[in-house]
Amino acid sequence: MVNSATRRTAGWKARAVLTALAAGGAQAAAAQDHAGQYEQADIEFGARLYDANCVQCHAETGDAVAGVDLAAGVYSRAGSDAELMGLLRAGIPGTAMPPNEFTASELTGLVSYLRTMRDVDLSAVAVGDEARGRALFTGRGACASCHRVFGEGSRTAPDLSAVGAIRTAAYLQRSLLDPTGSMLPVNRPVRAVLEDGTVLTGRRLNEDTYTIQMIDQDERLRSLEKAGLRELTAAAESPMPPATDLLDEQEVADVLAYLLTLKGL
Amino acid sequence: MPTTTSARRILLPLLLAAALPAGAAAQVTFDRLLNAEAEPHNWLTYSGTYSSNRHTTLDQIAPDNVDRLELAWIFQANSLEPFQATPLVVDGIMYLTEPVNNVVALDAKRGSVFWKYEHTPSPLARPCCGAVNRGVAMLGDTLFLATIDGNLIAIDAIGGAPIWKTTVADPAAGYALTLAPLVVKDKVIVGVAGGEFGIRGYIDAYDAATGEQAWRFYTIPGPGDPGHETWENDAWRTGGASAWLTGSYDPDLDLTYWGIGNPGPDWNPAQRPGDNLYSDSVVALDPDTGELEWYFQFTPNDPYDYDSVQIPVLIDAPDGAGGTLKLMLWANRNGFFYVLDRENGRFLNGTNFVPVNWASGLDDSGRPVQTPQPPGATTFPGVQGGTNWYSPSYSPETGLFYVSAWEAYGSVFEAQEAEYQPGRVFLGGRPANPFGAGANVPSLRRGHINNWTDAAGGGAVIAIDPRTGEQRWRVAMTDVTSSGILTSASNLLFTGNREGDFHILDAENGDVLWRKPLGGMIANGPMSYMVDGRQYVALAAGHSLFVFALAE
Repeated sequence: MVNSATRRTAGWKARAVLTALAAGGAQAAAAQDHAGQYEQADIEFGARLYDANCVQCHAETGDAVAGVDLAAGVYSRAGSDAELMGLLRAGIPGTAMPPNEFTASELTGLVSYLRTMRDVDLSAVAVGDEARGRALFTGRGACASCHRVFGEGSRTAPDLSAVGAIRTAAYLQRSLLDPTGSMLPVNRPVRAVLEDGTVLTGRRLNEDTYTIQMIDQDERLRSLEKAGLRELTAAAESPMPPATDLLDEQEVADVLAYLLTLKGL
Repeated sequence: MPTTTSARRILLPLLLAAALPAGAAAQVTFDRLLNAEAEPHNWLTYSGTYSSNRHTTLDQIAPDNVDRLELAWIFQANSLEPFQATPLVVDGIMYLTEPVNNVVALDAKRGSVFWKYEHTPSPLARPCCGAVNRGVAMLGDTLFLATIDGNLIAIDAIGGAPIWKTTVADPAAGYALTLAPLVVKDKVIVGVAGGEFGIRGYIDAYDAATGEQAWRFYTIPGPGDPGHETWENDAWRTGGASAWLTGSYDPDLDLTYWGIGNPGPDWNPAQRPGDNLYSDSVVALDPDTGELEWYFQFTPNDPYDYDSVQIPVLIDAPDGAGGTLKLMLWANRNGFFYVLDRENGRFLNGTNFVPVNWASGLDDSGRPVQTPQPPGATTFPGVQGGTNWYSPSYSPETGLFYVSAWEAYGSVFEAQEAEYQPGRVFLGGRPANPFGAGANVPSLRRGHINNWTDAAGGGAVIAIDPRTGEQRWRVAMTDVTSSGILTSASNLLFTGNREGDFHILDAENGDVLWRKPLGGMIANGPMSYMVDGRQYVALAAGHSLFVFALAE
């Protein structure tokens, strides 16, 4: 499934290049420059946010406001992506463009979409249906058997209550498809054997030269002196299997859509 | 749960059902809070127990071994805001607020951090006197954090993730939350700060599980409620009466006791004729409904900013006829030490514990006989009071009450007409320096150099016999003190001072048995706990929490 996702990305890139070549001219070249920079999940997430927040004034084509052509991918008021994010957040005083409270991942999505909207192909579904995703999260996907959201679920894996605000759509998609490749080092699964033979397994929370802190299999916080351990190992492989082991492509997209709704308190 | 099964849950999560048993971690039930005395190795509430006597029955650290005390570990805050929190310790894990509104879970033996929850307060927050927080409360596996931007946040004590957030107050209108909440039964009780901003104060209770509001007690009665008539000129709308320090609870009487802050505008009582209930009072509330059972007002129509925001210390004493007196001990910011009957609020006795000239004494009902000083004359105690929010202690071993005091410290009060503007300070004058421009007097904080004279006053630890109100002993300090006090069953008294000394006194006679300069102002209440048979004492100095234990 990871391979299939890679193929899909490759196919999208190929389409973008073809479109750019066909369009010709300086603007198409600019769009081509942007093409490989943004990831499909972020672009799709951004397209949804565009529909919800921008389309009323700017229209689907991006050119409904006089003198503004969003689809051009280059903007006089915002050269870099960071400037564009700042503009989206602050609005443009004195115009109808209002300030907005977008999260970091929403800004990443919007910028990804705006920079590529002339050429983007939204037919490949990376971001699915959030209601179905929520049901899969607690149901067949069994995400809540390790992860916790707003006080519900297990603590053995990282809490996801705010994950949609602090991780981009593309990062979350990678986490779902390739958990090991996107696991933060601090979260590595650890196994400690105490002097009396007790075996603790769980997730690393913190570590220094002499001690390690973890949450164990019974959801207890443990702080251990390394010198007092018979054995201590940290695995580089995530205990989470690729989501595609249990879900099909559409369902993974649904779970991603749900995760993107989790913005903390 | 057998290890093998648990391991499978980690490694093969998708093979298992979504529903899981609750974690095996410590559950701080209400029953445990009620019986906190029975587990002295833990520190489950801001003041240690519901009676708030900040006394530990741990006695490993004792007068004959205190010279073996050594530093166990330090937690350094990533913040230069004042460090005034008392940590909780539950079965080897410490929960501490890092200024301003972060919460950290630490290994109580060595200070290693398990997790940190970070709350960045809204820039709309405008606490009058420092961006402070005094700690968290806990029920079940949930911590409760009150933030300076007016939120109450429930945080998972195991994972450190937020569970719910409730808006208690509007920071833009000058409200703030600086206290450690108090959990009673299934509710989380908080009060608001903001007495310098023309707020109308209140105490709120929230459902611990959901964050839904259960009740609100307005500390200024509204139209039609008893006491409303004590505010003329419509002054009740902006009369202050904050509640910014944790209350106490008596489970037998089922009453929770809270100290109430100053009326506003602070220094111009002419704008608010009347007694200004329930400012500068203690109120006894039904913890289920928030209904007022009784009140006692210490300073009617206060012109001095004498918040009655102190910790209500509850003790039981023999009545001499085979029964028990249920007492409340209260060293007030106005300079008087009070003993009240906590069943009904009746005044039993009161004596000044520092020099006082704003009143010539207390009448039979406890009401002060006010003696306002002429314009330009110095009033004692000054604006920061004879004491303030610094936690006192009562030791059942010595039968003495201990308080951190500012002695012979005064201010010249000047009243001015104040106009209320939402979110702006509403002070009605100022407390002036009695020594004129150029001379320093103690205030909220100090630097490294002590630049005032003896005439500006000094600090002291005072031991008071609550049976008579008499001072048993006092230990004077050059600078004033903002430190709380902890006593132990081994008759030690742990406290600090603004000069940065952590000192340990003999609770019987005040002898200084041990001291250590920590290099920063001490402004929290020391606490104690035990892990794996070793007793620890923790207190904050400057921007760090210091933890001491006997050398192993």
